Amino acid sequence: MIQNTEDTSIAAKEEWDMVIQPKAHLLDLNLKEVWRYRDLLLLFVKRDFIAQYKQTILGPLWHIIQPIFTTIMFLLIFGKIANIPTDAVPPVLFYMSGITIWNYFASCLNSTSNTFVANAGIFGKVYFPRLVIPLSNVLSNMVKFGIQFLLLLAMMAFYSFRGYPIHFGITWLWIPVLILMMAGLGLGLGIIISSLTTKYRDLTVLVGFAVQLLMYATPIVYPLSFLKGKSYARWIQWNPLTPIVESWRYVLFGQGSFTAGTLLYSTGVIAAILFLGLLIFSKVERTFMDTV
Amino acid sequence: MSNTVIKVENLSKQYRLGNVGTGSFAHDINRTWYRLLGKEDPYLKIGEENDRSVKGSSDYIWALKNINFEVKQGEVLGIIGRNGAGKSTLLKLLSRTTSPTSGSIKIKGRVASLLEVGTGFHPELTGRENIFLNGAILGMSKREIKSKFDEIVDFSGVERYIDTPVKRYSSGMHVRLAFGVAAHLDPEILIVDEVLAVGDAEFQKKALGKMQDVSTQGGRTVLFVSHNIVSIKKLCNKGMYLVNGLVHHAGEIEDTIDAYQQSIVFSKSHKSAYYAEESNEKDIQILAIKILDEAGNEKGIFDVFDPVLVEFEMIIKKEDASFITPILLVEKDGVELFWSFASDLEPGILDSLPMGRHKFKVQLPSPLKKGVYNIHGNIGKPGVGNIDVAYDAVQFKVDELSFNPANASFAAGRGGVIPAILNWEKIG
Repeated sequence: MIQNTEDTSIAAKEEWDMVIQPKAHLLDLNLKEVWRYRDLLLLFVKRDFIAQYKQTILGPLWHIIQPIFTTIMFLLIFGKIANIPTDAVPPVLFYMSGITIWNYFASCLNSTSNTFVANAGIFGKVYFPRLVIPLSNVLSNMVKFGIQFLLLLAMMAFYSFRGYPIHFGITWLWIPVLILMMAGLGLGLGIIISSLTTKYRDLTVLVGFAVQLLMYATPIVYPLSFLKGKSYARWIQWNPLTPIVESWRYVLFGQGSFTAGTLLYSTGVIAAILFLGLLIFSKVERTFMDTV
Repeated sequence: MSNTVIKVENLSKQYRLGNVGTGSFAHDINRTWYRLLGKEDPYLKIGEENDRSVKGSSDYIWALKNINFEVKQGEVLGIIGRNGAGKSTLLKLLSRTTSPTSGSIKIKGRVASLLEVGTGFHPELTGRENIFLNGAILGMSKREIKSKFDEIVDFSGVERYIDTPVKRYSSGMHVRLAFGVAAHLDPEILIVDEVLAVGDAEFQKKALGKMQDVSTQGGRTVLFVSHNIVSIKKLCNKGMYLVNGLVHHAGEIEDTIDAYQQSIVFSKSHKSAYYAEESNEKDIQILAIKILDEAGNEKGIFDVFDPVLVEFEMIIKKEDASFITPILLVEKDGVELFWSFASDLEPGILDSLPMGRHKFKVQLPSPLKKGVYNIHGNIGKPGVGNIDVAYDAVQFKVDELSFNPANASFAAGRGGVIPAILNWEKIG
């Protein structure tokens, strides 16, 4: 009891650590708090990784199987049957590189767009910055991307033995930048969708196939140069993903059509979507438990 | 001088009943429209008191309405109330899992909530991995968890299983581990909601002890929600009694429990007589259970020394109804006090009940300690099972009405569940 009084007299009156109110300021994004929970972020990533491979024999090797088979499919359908050129890049490398970066975007979007509904159980019981979950998704997918990227590198090494020149150099420093852009767009769109689906689930139905359709509106199975002179090429160019994919191929193989302007345009769109996403997300996270 | 660590002002929370669906979309549009016009949300004006047993006219209800209270450092506040009174909503608001509709909560210090222990436990991860994950979810840093890891394992007593996935744990071990993590959080404010429902008696005792340590030695503040009046009484020094989203009583824990029990006895669903309609489907049935005083009148409140009588009426509609006996289960403040079988002193009753109506009268032990008593009626075959059950049949209250000898074992102030006036023989 004596100790108590000492403790309490130190703390000044009317100085609150936390005030809970119905409405927060629009720009109250609480990113500082997310930083404080960085340990949790990493533990979620670890959890995802461990939990995914418990009781499997091949473990992370499963991530390699999907791009290999998809590459074979694309080779047959778009290469052999539809005869779409691949910009002087060996078709296997062309498709696999596209699939690798697309997979990362798609899985970021798919997993983050589920944030509120899929985690309602845990969100309803304990508070932590909700943004930790979609961020951990983006990081978890990074692991998967890393494995698939290693496969791509192995394929590229194989081709370079057979005489195909690989453009390894300082430009590879762009790879992390491009990946971050993909992550940003996937995260931004994902948290917007997850915020909108807490009350009305209609959008969830849409997301699944919209992502698939979006792949065809992005130069994954064809090079942008293939569309030159076609009337709809413009629409493909408006897609903020297009410059990223094209620069990705340019960095890896020295083939791709993009300019500083188109990349800047992508960056702008991503920043806007990400910002909008954070605004909506931080508004929704306060009361979504009542409607989810 | 004590210091306020939680200050709640005009706190309200509104919920919409029924489905969130097409109707709510129309309301959302309406709301946006009002906001654009700079008017107040039209749905905040409506809304009713949250009485779940009455069908209301509005789809909106106030789970909490204009709640005001303060909690000072080191206080252990017990929040009581019947189901749906708003206890859990209040804890949800305090632990920030949802936002209030209006009003504010101001908090000093770190808050940790045990709304349901084991939150975020992943079945595939081992105990060790889950300690880290769960600790981080509850707001601890990796370093903090590391420094307390051994203590947590020790407290939960699952050392042998620490590298086994928790899906292989028994539910008791699950709770032990989870509570172990939570109990070592060292928050300034701890919010606890009915966590002790699982786990064996030894562990419950350990958990309650830990909570007591946290408040008395650590000088920390605890908010505790439970239906178990006994543990509330034991742990808390302040109480708050919620009724339909409003604060009915707040103050010292004893007074609050009194207010709670008072209203329980007189509320609609509690009664001193129980009648069942004769059913064609039942061959053997309880017809009535009544609480009576010595004179044979129905009564709800008794003095400590008053004899309390229970009348038990039953009907048997078939010939070979052998080996059955009427049974009473008496509870005090939610704790089982005793079971009494009519066959205890009259074993002959087991095969001597013919067809027809039977009426029994039984006097409960006297004196009784102050508190609320609940009686369940039962007709059963001893060792086999129940034939007919009258759950929560009748209730009565014992109060210290006449005189209160300070030193006697039946005084409420001494604690304990039953009065035991024992003979202390001096033998040396």
